[in-house]
Amino acid sequence: MTDSSRLHASKPGAVTLVAPLLFTVVLFMVVLFAASCAKKAPPPPPPPPSTPIATAPPTTAGPVIASFTAEPSTIEPGQSSTLRWSISNATDMSIDHGIGAVQSQGMRQVFPRTSTSYALTVRGPGGMDSRSVTVEVSNAPPPPPTVRSPQISGNELLSQQGQDAYFDYDMSEIRSDGRDALTRDAALLKQILQQDPNFSVVVEGHCDERGSAEYNLALGDRRATAAKDFLVQLGVPADHLKTISYGKERPQCTDASENCWQKNRRAHLSAGQ
Amino acid sequence: MKRNILLTILIAGASAAVYAQGQGGIRSDVVKTGEKPTIAVPDLRGSGDAQKLMGVFNSTLFNDLQGSGQLKMIPKTLYPVQVPQQPSDFRQGGPSFADWSGPPPNANYLAFGYTAAQNNQIVLYGWLFDVRQTNPSSAQLIGKIYLGSLDEAGSRKVAQEFAADILKQFGATSLIGTRIYFVSDRSGQKEIWSMNYDGSDQKQFTNYRSITTFPAVSPDGTKIAFTTYPILASSRNANAAQFGKQAQNLGQPQIYVHSLESGRKLVYYNQQASMNAASDFLPDSRHLLIYSTANAGFSQIYETDLDGGELHRITHSGSLEVEPKVNPKTGQDLVFVSGRGGTPQIYRMSIDGTDVSRLTTGEGDAVNPAWSPDGQHIAFSWTRGFEPGNFNIFVMDVASRDVVQLTHGAGRNENPGWAPDGVHVVFSSKRGRTTQIYTMLADGSQVQPLTTQGNNEKPVWSKSTQ
Repeated sequence: MTDSSRLHASKPGAVTLVAPLLFTVVLFMVVLFAASCAKKAPPPPPPPPSTPIATAPPTTAGPVIASFTAEPSTIEPGQSSTLRWSISNATDMSIDHGIGAVQSQGMRQVFPRTSTSYALTVRGPGGMDSRSVTVEVSNAPPPPPTVRSPQISGNELLSQQGQDAYFDYDMSEIRSDGRDALTRDAALLKQILQQDPNFSVVVEGHCDERGSAEYNLALGDRRATAAKDFLVQLGVPADHLKTISYGKERPQCTDASENCWQKNRRAHLSAGQ
Repeated sequence: MKRNILLTILIAGASAAVYAQGQGGIRSDVVKTGEKPTIAVPDLRGSGDAQKLMGVFNSTLFNDLQGSGQLKMIPKTLYPVQVPQQPSDFRQGGPSFADWSGPPPNANYLAFGYTAAQNNQIVLYGWLFDVRQTNPSSAQLIGKIYLGSLDEAGSRKVAQEFAADILKQFGATSLIGTRIYFVSDRSGQKEIWSMNYDGSDQKQFTNYRSITTFPAVSPDGTKIAFTTYPILASSRNANAAQFGKQAQNLGQPQIYVHSLESGRKLVYYNQQASMNAASDFLPDSRHLLIYSTANAGFSQIYETDLDGGELHRITHSGSLEVEPKVNPKTGQDLVFVSGRGGTPQIYRMSIDGTDVSRLTTGEGDAVNPAWSPDGQHIAFSWTRGFEPGNFNIFVMDVASRDVVQLTHGAGRNENPGWAPDGVHVVFSSKRGRTTQIYTMLADGSQVQPLTTQGNNEKPVWSKSTQ
């Protein structure tokens, strides 16, 4: 037991720093990813009805624009739309806005900054034809959910600064180092609750692998409850704290060593729902 | 009574040794297994199309009888040249009983017969004789016809039925058709699985995708109770759903009850508590023993009915109380694990919470008690003599409290459960990088691995055939 206390003084602190940092980075990437996904989300509208080639061709086969579409027809700034066309009986075919001469079948990506109408003009022995499509550029999308919103901020603060309380083997009494950790946690939780009065916290109880799973379920419950009671004594409102025992089902370290076992004998704070 | 001859003998033998060494001593050597009936099982032959199925038939018959652990199988190399195929063979100056009862085979019993293909079926004519008798008419213990489909499955079936009948002659319960329920993480999360007594036909039962563990099967084989961390529905904040971590938030552990017949979840109302865990069914299959923090304190032992109602608190302590298991014979005596004396130890009490006494010595951690079907013994896991976490399987005669150690330092051995025959024990053991399930005889011999994929633990052996 003395060994474990000594080990605790340095090791677990280092680990609790690294893990939340990593988690934060992952969290941030998830935010970015989710946000960019959201931007691509607007469903493309159905393409405009194409003019059937078969409808009433001029007696002398004049040029016909069978189709000219932009897909998607609505984009956000920085995104692209694809123009597609199909033309027959034309010798001279061009699109404005600097695209210039084109072939009778083709496609072209365009990146308009603002809403733009593209005109396709074709000429041939039988006359001329023209058609235009408009690519709507929508207003700037709402900003992605930022890490400034209260819920995320609370999550982040907790995962960055929350500290685990460690326990002796088969014990659920809060050690003096655990008191220090939970005292800092209490201050942190009060700060988070000021920002986000709806924030809730799960106090997790964990055990090392050596006891039976059944006994450890009950022991982890005591550890979580002991940590919760301590936080409540320091003024954290009890109705924002919920306990859960993971027994030995969610170890953060899997080596068979006292160093690792100590890391797993802990109460850990995570954001609730 | 007969079916526990072996165990009674081995416990008695151990008890004598324990007393010789002084109270509380534990034998560390393998216990002498006593006298078992000796049986000769010569290969049967088949006529016509049945012959090509006899390889499967003969190996199934021999393995089932040997695997029972209740018979001494005489090596086939000691058999006489002339093998009877039907009782009349003994009357025609052919083989005689003495050929089998005398040396070299020295058999007490002889299983023989033959098969034939008839009407697209395999027909087994099987006999069991007590070859120590002088009169053939009194020698016959079994003479029976068995039918199966004319394929490997059919030949295996008739062999299993013949083996089951033979075992019944010696008071043994056949394990054929019984299922073992257990926890496996091979799908990525801990779920309940089941398999046959020999490890065949492994099937996933639950799909809760969180942590599902601690299975208990009702004695009538119709229901299973276990403990699951429910995945909480989406969070209060829409933003939070974008965080994988948030979406996976788990709720506090709860008891679930499922029908084994339909597989469906049945209604069970959990107590308002930070934890509820299933532990055992009462013999009537209509009540559950659980441990819960419904008292808002340390985990305590309760009884509920099958839907969670009629809550009765059994323990009233300021210490951890877990794993209540009821004596299947009396329905009145509980064994359980308590931290009231310091480290977890096994205690016994009446179902009303009175008459509490400690069964284990107080040394090490003693956990995972499991009653034998006859209600005389418990198997359990104990670290006595080892470092914390290094569990071995022990069996205790509850009346005398004499203990026998079944595993000896081969990995971490936990969660023993008794087979319905009262002779086999199933348990989990971490003997390499993973935890796997094994069976053995209650004297620690004939250890057989049943699982290989992922980690597998917490086996319970059910009479259920579902």
